[in-house]
Amino acid sequence: MLSSVILTLFGLTVLTFLIGRVMPVDPVIAAVGDNAPEDVIIRARAEMGLDQPLPIQFLHYLNQLAHGDFGMSVLTKNPVATDIARFFPATFELATAALLLSIVIGIPLGVWAAVRQGSITDQAIRVLCLAGHSVPVFMLSMISLLIFYSALGIAPGPGRQDIIYDGMIEPVTGLLSIDTLIAGDLDAFWDALTHMAQPVIILAYFSMAYIARMTRAFMIDALKGEYVITARAKGLTGLKVVWSHAFPTVAVQLITVIALTYAGLLEGAVVTETVFAWPGIGQYLTTSLMNADMNPVVGSTLLIGFIYVGLNLLADILYRLLDPRVQ
Amino acid sequence: MLVDIQNLKIGFKSRTGFHQAVKGVSLKLGTEKLGIVGESGSGKSLTARALMKLLPKSTVIEADTLAFDGIDVLSASERQMRQIRGKRAGFILQDPKYSLNPVKTIGAQVAESWRTHKGGSRREALEAAVNLLEQVQIRNPQVVAKSYPHEVSGGMGQRVMIAMMLAPDPELLIADEPTSALDATVQAEILRLIEELVAERGMGLLLISHDLPLVSHFCDRVMVMYSGRVMEELKASELLSAKHPYTRGLLNCMPSLIHPKDRLPVLARDPEWLK
Repeated sequence: MLSSVILTLFGLTVLTFLIGRVMPVDPVIAAVGDNAPEDVIIRARAEMGLDQPLPIQFLHYLNQLAHGDFGMSVLTKNPVATDIARFFPATFELATAALLLSIVIGIPLGVWAAVRQGSITDQAIRVLCLAGHSVPVFMLSMISLLIFYSALGIAPGPGRQDIIYDGMIEPVTGLLSIDTLIAGDLDAFWDALTHMAQPVIILAYFSMAYIARMTRAFMIDALKGEYVITARAKGLTGLKVVWSHAFPTVAVQLITVIALTYAGLLEGAVVTETVFAWPGIGQYLTTSLMNADMNPVVGSTLLIGFIYVGLNLLADILYRLLDPRVQ
Repeated sequence: MLVDIQNLKIGFKSRTGFHQAVKGVSLKLGTEKLGIVGESGSGKSLTARALMKLLPKSTVIEADTLAFDGIDVLSASERQMRQIRGKRAGFILQDPKYSLNPVKTIGAQVAESWRTHKGGSRREALEAAVNLLEQVQIRNPQVVAKSYPHEVSGGMGQRVMIAMMLAPDPELLIADEPTSALDATVQAEILRLIEELVAERGMGLLLISHDLPLVSHFCDRVMVMYSGRVMEELKASELLSAKHPYTRGLLNCMPSLIHPKDRLPVLARDPEWLK
């Protein structure tokens, strides 16, 4: 298992490196501008190590990575690692809150639909989930902003916090909802929560739909099991049969679904972040890409790849821990 | 009378129409051993499951009488049924590979059955479970209690199933082909175990099987079912000399080591039987 993880990560590194090199943009021109004199361009190219052959560049790149160095961002003038440390917590906060919400709602909905398979309840949940999975997130985001922010004025606008709190909260974890609590500023905490509400609910709706559908499918299968008849024959209540006998057998499968949903939320929030002007990794990645700033693009891509592999590994480990049938 | 069934009919609605699977079965059972035999699809299991109300909600069940110890099962609520299921009537399914929960330990599953009907703490229930495992002649019950169903053999799994169903001291035991999934040598052991426990505890037994010699040795009475109907009912000792052509047909289809036949006969079905 470990060797395949290492192999995947190495492949990912090679791929991101090559993407950074074969993109039809010249990072040197992007850095010094296209009006720079010839000798500046040559000097800059040498400084950036881009005059070396590709394999040498790759080794150099690996060495940098090993030291946590993703290069500099031309746009922000900061090391990419510093930028990521600043932007990633915003995405992490959004994705984690959305994931928790979608688990808490999606799993009971899916179980309910499975138990009532074919009923009106099942159909209603099906429509709800279908809508959640097929209406584009950016559209829901804009409609939500139009209604709750623009028309009704009951929700805050885009961004992570009101301008009056800007720079007032000492970043400790980078998660605004937690940092405001650490600072003991309840007004700022409430402000952070209300700003999170819209993007979190919209992202959660999308992933909730998927989790609920998968839960329903797994549960329908589990409820057909002979051990469910056994549990009923023992005289257990319906709730116990469903939650303590059928559900534990699908919980293991759900872990994989949840891990992949989480990974998807962590990298797929790009559109939501853009609509809500959320200063997260997705926005950082797109802005850098638009400006041909390749180090941040490669760095963020690598980070997202590592998260995917990491979450997959975690799901695998949990699988082994939770299912007695897997050795 | 523990079980009283009169004119039981079970049917399923499907997209294309209605299928009647059990067509008017009647039986009575006290503290005795009744065997139900018949080929696959004859309605043996459905009859037993209807008595426990374990069939899917979409099943259409009708009967003049369907009663467990005087309680009308057809009109009983889920709450009333839970007082019968497990507590007063145990139900042993065919294959422990599928009928035991794969992700719960054996001890937990037996303990749950005990605790649901007898109350008490988790610890007491677990101790009772180990004790029960010992009663079904499992040699190292402490170890088995901590194992998962996939870690034990089929015979052992069926012993666990029996322990689980006997935990609340039921008055009736329904065994739905309890030995069909087991090896021949293990079959005998499991049946002997059931026989001992039923005698010891003075329970009624409803044994569903398609093994005719087994039923004739083991039960007091035998009911022969075909296509959702009762063909005949007779003393178990008389089964092998039965007169009904269907029963005779089934007996003729059994290979014998003493009088080997080149080719086993095919059962000739008489439409008259269905009238």
